[in-house]
Amino acid sequence: MDYFNYPIDSKILLRKKIKIKKELLSQNSNFIEKRIAVLGGSTTNEIVDQLELFLLNYGIKPTFYQYEYAQYWQDAMFGSEELDNFNPDIVYVHTNWRNITEFPTTASSREDVDILLENTYHHFAVMWDKLAERFQCPVIQDNFDRPAWRLLGNSDISDYRGRTNFISRLNQRLYQYAQEHKAFFVNDVDFLAASYGLDAWSNPLYWHMYKYSLCLDAIPTLAKSVADIIKSIYGKNKKVLVCDLDNTLWGGVVGDDGVEGIQVGPEVPVGQIYSEFQQYIKELKSIGVLLAVNSKNDEENAIAGLNHPDAPLKPDDFVSIKANWDNKDRNMQAIASELNLGIDSFVFIDDNPTEREIVKQANFGMAIPVMDKVENYLKAVDRNGFFEVTSLSADDLSRVEMYKANAKRVQLQENAGSYEDFLKSLNMKATIREFEPIYIQRIAQLTNKSNQFNLTTLRCSESDINNMQASEDYICLYGKLEDKFGDNGVVSVISGQIEEKSLHMCLWLMSCRVLKRGMEDAMLDTLVSDAKNIGLEFIIGYYYPTPKNGMVKEFYARMGFEKVAEDEKGNTTWKLDLSSYEPKNPAIEIHR
Amino acid sequence: MSREEIYKRLNEVFQDVFGDDDITVNDNTTAADVDGWDSLRHITLLAAIEDEFDIEFSMGATVKMKNVGEMVDYIEDEV
Repeated sequence: MDYFNYPIDSKILLRKKIKIKKELLSQNSNFIEKRIAVLGGSTTNEIVDQLELFLLNYGIKPTFYQYEYAQYWQDAMFGSEELDNFNPDIVYVHTNWRNITEFPTTASSREDVDILLENTYHHFAVMWDKLAERFQCPVIQDNFDRPAWRLLGNSDISDYRGRTNFISRLNQRLYQYAQEHKAFFVNDVDFLAASYGLDAWSNPLYWHMYKYSLCLDAIPTLAKSVADIIKSIYGKNKKVLVCDLDNTLWGGVVGDDGVEGIQVGPEVPVGQIYSEFQQYIKELKSIGVLLAVNSKNDEENAIAGLNHPDAPLKPDDFVSIKANWDNKDRNMQAIASELNLGIDSFVFIDDNPTEREIVKQANFGMAIPVMDKVENYLKAVDRNGFFEVTSLSADDLSRVEMYKANAKRVQLQENAGSYEDFLKSLNMKATIREFEPIYIQRIAQLTNKSNQFNLTTLRCSESDINNMQASEDYICLYGKLEDKFGDNGVVSVISGQIEEKSLHMCLWLMSCRVLKRGMEDAMLDTLVSDAKNIGLEFIIGYYYPTPKNGMVKEFYARMGFEKVAEDEKGNTTWKLDLSSYEPKNPAIEIHR
Repeated sequence: MSREEIYKRLNEVFQDVFGDDDITVNDNTTAADVDGWDSLRHITLLAAIEDEFDIEFSMGATVKMKNVGEMVDYIEDEV
């Protein structure tokens, strides 16, 4: 729905929230459910209502805990039966500068202020520590916006006695904490307030009448920001930016105006704006976003345009270029199958409203921001939080290279005599081991991102993964696959719980980019040998159907399991007798 | 703007805010008559009315209004 896209329509979201909620609930039946505790230093009701809308829009169905606003610190520190029973998946701490109990005065000495800063920081830090310890879940914390008045005028920001200075130092401590704690995320309220306009944002009427720390109209903006962090934590970021070319990446039409005639580069103001936009898109690559082209053009012209000497983006930056005269929705499907990615993980940017509408009508679930003026293009991509960063794993950073290597594999396969020959020629090496600390982040990320080759669709946080690994009752294996074209990184995760002589599989997933390479065989061979070594006799596999994991419905059957149960929802249980298991020995060299 | 016209638009605001297309309000309607009209929903309601009629309620005014009739009086004066 368009009012969720930047610039969000807060008036509609506030006024029609009841109706919008009903609509969202009726459109989707495949929500992931999350429990979210909102601890507020001010009123949180409308924030919770709006957060609910944005999360539902992201496919997350939240249940909330909220309490009297003055109680957030006590709740967090000492717990409450209600909060403990609620057992949150996420804690969001919504505080503002008015919750800081003491500020420097003009009489304060430098040392006084340093001590006060330490104490104030400590007051919050012990609360975060406590929350992490008590609930082992991600904590999202607002940074502090600045007050709308400055006793010391311009010096308020630079003088150690200034309130603004104090708040900015406190924020720095908060950021340091975030750098040191992986499951702690800062919600940048300071930026939100600045971009919204501090005077309107901090309208004191809302604090004094209702104890809201911001004006009502700004609450959807705040809620979107929190929702962006949450959906990113649960792997619901977009993955691919699909770009139109003419009047989207450059001004003019390359087919008509020629490469010399299109506007990009330092010569004219419009060209500069396109350059800045292209540069931003190029930088998205560095956070793991894949780029593709979907343009109505002769391919030759498209490539020529992308090779414009002043253009930051080059053909090589894109993992797929579809420049032809086919309908764009068809091209979109072609890109999706080429990359083996869900089309709902795409963002499509196109200046032409008709083209956007055609793709929208195809109903792929992709994001299609409004691109009305070139000077707004960058914000239309950036502010929507499509690619919100909550963790940058090494895998994100090299993803573009991996997809390029895949394209080379496809070429090799086309030239190979048989599929077996092709697999052998890849010289595949797998590392299959118990979970290791350096991969915990990637493993958790995979459990949240993998939808298709995922038998149980169990979503795990990093702490869940750590707990599994630490427990004696589990066998947990990750699989990393490399071949002559490159390293695919960690691509498979399996984990099972030991009960007497059986291993019950709670996690079994694989990244689709290594489909049909024999990696699943390598994983099972290894699992069976580990299970036998500790005297187990059976592996019990579970398959829980979702709208996306149909491809592995018969996975266990293919692997030699026997079906032992099926319920009316299509959940199936499978059994493998280890005594009669014959290793599948795929064309992969396994390192333990 | 006539009182009638104000009521027409006001009813739409009420219907949106309370998520019930059957709501109609009149001079004598009070919070007790509308399901869900609590202090929290009141904030949303006032903001939606301000937006609909492009007016601003002063802090004092919102506290004083006893029923929808007084609300419409205020709107009538402001638009």
